[in-house]
Amino acid sequence: MAATAMATTGRLGGLRSFGASPAQVVLALAVAAFLVAFLLVPVLRVAWVAFQGPNGFTLVHFGDFFASTLFRESLYNSTYVAAMTVVLATIIAVPLAYFIARFDFPGAGIIHTLGVIPLVMPPFVGAIAMQLIYGRNGTVNLLLNDAFGFRIPFMEGLNGVIFVEGIHYFPFILLNLSAALSNIDSAMEESAQNLGARGWTLFRTIVFPLAFPGYIAGASLVFVKVFDDLATPLLLNVTAMLAPQAYLRITSVGLADPVGYVISVIMVVVSLAAMGGAALLLRGRDYATQQRGGGGLQRRRMSSGEAAVAWGFIGLTLLIVLSPHVGILLLSLGTVWSFSPLPDAFTLAHYGTVLRESTQYLVNTLLYCGGAGLLDVVLGVAIAYLVQRTSLPGRRLLDQAATASLAVPGLVLGIGILRTYFEVSIPGIEGSFATSGLMLTIVYAVRRLPYALRACDAAMRQLHVSIEEAAEMLGAGKMLTLTRIVVPLMIGGIAAGFVTSFATAAVELSATLLLVTRDVNAPLSYAIYVYMQSPAGRGPGAALGVIAVAVVAVGTWLSHSLAERDRARRSREVIAA
Amino acid sequence: MTEARKALDVRFENVTKRYGEAVAVRDVSFSVAPGTLVTLLGPSGCGKTTTLRMIAGLEQPSEGRVLIGGRDVTGMPPAERDVSMVFQSYALFPHMTVLENVRYGLVVSGRRKRDANEAALAALAQVGLEGFGNRLPSELSGGQQQRVAVARALVLQPGVMLFDEPLSNLDARLRRHMREEIRALQQRLGLTVVYVTHDQSEALAISDEIIVMNNAVIAQQGGPRDLYERPASAFVAGFIGESNRLAARLEQRGPEEGTVVLGSARVVLPHHGAAEGAITLAVRPEAVRLVPVADPAAALAGTVTAAAYLGATMEYLVDSEAGEVFIVCPETGSPRKVGDQVALAVRPQGLCVLAA
Repeated sequence: MAATAMATTGRLGGLRSFGASPAQVVLALAVAAFLVAFLLVPVLRVAWVAFQGPNGFTLVHFGDFFASTLFRESLYNSTYVAAMTVVLATIIAVPLAYFIARFDFPGAGIIHTLGVIPLVMPPFVGAIAMQLIYGRNGTVNLLLNDAFGFRIPFMEGLNGVIFVEGIHYFPFILLNLSAALSNIDSAMEESAQNLGARGWTLFRTIVFPLAFPGYIAGASLVFVKVFDDLATPLLLNVTAMLAPQAYLRITSVGLADPVGYVISVIMVVVSLAAMGGAALLLRGRDYATQQRGGGGLQRRRMSSGEAAVAWGFIGLTLLIVLSPHVGILLLSLGTVWSFSPLPDAFTLAHYGTVLRESTQYLVNTLLYCGGAGLLDVVLGVAIAYLVQRTSLPGRRLLDQAATASLAVPGLVLGIGILRTYFEVSIPGIEGSFATSGLMLTIVYAVRRLPYALRACDAAMRQLHVSIEEAAEMLGAGKMLTLTRIVVPLMIGGIAAGFVTSFATAAVELSATLLLVTRDVNAPLSYAIYVYMQSPAGRGPGAALGVIAVAVVAVGTWLSHSLAERDRARRSREVIAA
Repeated sequence: MTEARKALDVRFENVTKRYGEAVAVRDVSFSVAPGTLVTLLGPSGCGKTTTLRMIAGLEQPSEGRVLIGGRDVTGMPPAERDVSMVFQSYALFPHMTVLENVRYGLVVSGRRKRDANEAALAALAQVGLEGFGNRLPSELSGGQQQRVAVARALVLQPGVMLFDEPLSNLDARLRRHMREEIRALQQRLGLTVVYVTHDQSEALAISDEIIVMNNAVIAQQGGPRDLYERPASAFVAGFIGESNRLAARLEQRGPEEGTVVLGSARVVLPHHGAAEGAITLAVRPEAVRLVPVADPAAALAGTVTAAAYLGATMEYLVDSEAGEVFIVCPETGSPRKVGDQVALAVRPQGLCVLAA
């Protein structure tokens, strides 16, 4: 039976799977060693410490955790903030998705743009600016107070975190929900109408259940991202949450304090539970692949009343979503901005300061993130190649291990790396290996590998295996075929993967905060964080933030246009064929 | 469930459907008698699906009236029309079981759940799917999904049932089987069925009547035999069955008929309004025989330019003075070769004068 199955896969695999060459085995082992050393071991190390007492395995640390009012409150707060962020993101995203799906509506382009704007700026960069706009003495509340004599506590305590995260992460729900809605076979609604359903019944029995999986996919992602976020609550001075507590314990009490590890384990467990719960909810509901037609909902024109509501909602959302961007720009150009709706005067001095004092940070970021992007595409191509083109046993584990880093919060990976490599020093590197620039590069690579891997994997999937078989028939070895034929043909996907890794690594902060100990090693994101903490540093911090956003925006645009160009080239080839 | 409850008729009166500038259906009138199966046949883009969707109420006519069972339903929403449709993609709801799919129409119209279940199970039995109620659509084969879609439409005991290219997602063997099942079901229950297809053999096999559409208008309406043997236009002759178009002459034109001269053969045929002189004659491949060169029945002489052995038949292409002739020949014992000189005889059934 097993032999038959093997023979069948072998035949289906065609020419490409007559065993593995030594070079392929070495490649697989090298990739595996990297993942084990910089992902698996650190994470297991964290878990190990959390359960380790003087006499071996213990649950004492967990007992301590749950005995403490502060930690119980932190767990509650983190859960509450993540859940409320999902609610806020839902309130923003669902109407927008519905407008695009149901109506022939000239605002659709704006909504699509709305879905991208927040993603180019990490929430921690805009957090301070948000405080200046929506805080107790910020623009909006000063104006409200003058006009009506009351204030709205947008930014008080946990509200601030929810607000900042919600307007940053709602695109995850918008994009997933829009995709789900547009994948609905247009015959679904027609068929239900034909069978006698309409209005609310039609929505409740057909549209809602079919769009639900897309919503859940987006919502669970938002929950996990917010639950794990360290920098935003820290910058907003909210410390009674899990990630800030772990960070503060490790950095103030020390690496030996077990509470940080316990919190790490709890964070990973909650992340996995949220993702697992979503997967459970979604099991057997991959409706997109079961429907033939696509085409989405029936579209109609808006009545003028509906159009007014829609434009009002979009306008308000646009205003709020753009406010961190506008705020950071104002902050970077303002002289003093305090207790006033707008900065007192404008200046370019902060950019001057930044360019004089902070070029090192920019150089570091380019170095680390460039290195991480490079490492990611090398690993990504290697894993995609091993999974798709060889029959090495356990090759799928490589893909799964690389993807699993999505479930590991940056904070946890940072703690694990510190714990594992703090005592290690490498010749030629000053200080600990764990806090070196090289390690930051590696950590960025591990954290962004899932994105690069998906890009490389997709690019390779579009390559017909017969091209490689032809090269091999003409006498090229497997490795020569990989480097001379496969990689050049996937260059579009590889470039997109590189840029995505690069741009998102440039704004990584959770692991960065833990691993940077000296200013000379610090990247841009760390510098922004440090500047932002003092009122005097906000101007230069904002200027750095604008530079970082520009880097990410250009990167995002570049990766998008690379992917587009690649697709255009491919479709031309198909037409020519 | 077992007897036809109330098969209704369908009437279109001067219906036009425009999408902006484009006209999908132009001034179309026809009627479908209760209890019959009528096919809308035509190439893609001819307006047949738009016509069907106007019966369902999924599109509204720009002009004209649609009547179902004598009632003017123009402008009425789909839910009020007493019409059930089987969609090309089946449109089974993927988040519901087979039973939930089938009873959906009953439940949303407020029927008690127990009654709905009973009726749904009966409908599933009608299509041969007893015991499949708890499966999900994704767990069924294409043919089974098709049957669920039919049961779901059937359970509402609609006055008219609509099928939109229901077999296009099935493989060839299953297609033949399913079309026989649909026909048998329609006859057993005495349903009024309007059926859209672009496959002429499907239409010929199952229809009481066929409405051939082309370029947004009706090209011809009639029984399968009428359409095959007396196509009204070159389009219909070409679309239904294979046909050769040969150059001939019309002489001695009478009120209905005239003498058609094809090579040395003279046949009296209906002239369909063609003028005397040069005409185009549609000739079915099976109406032409290969005969020895000296045979008295020989009408045309020609040279074999292609010959193919298909097991049960031979197919030839012959270059003749009247044009290229495609022939299906049941005689496979002594095949002709490419380059052979042959003579062709024709029989009057299978010849049709095309109106200019």
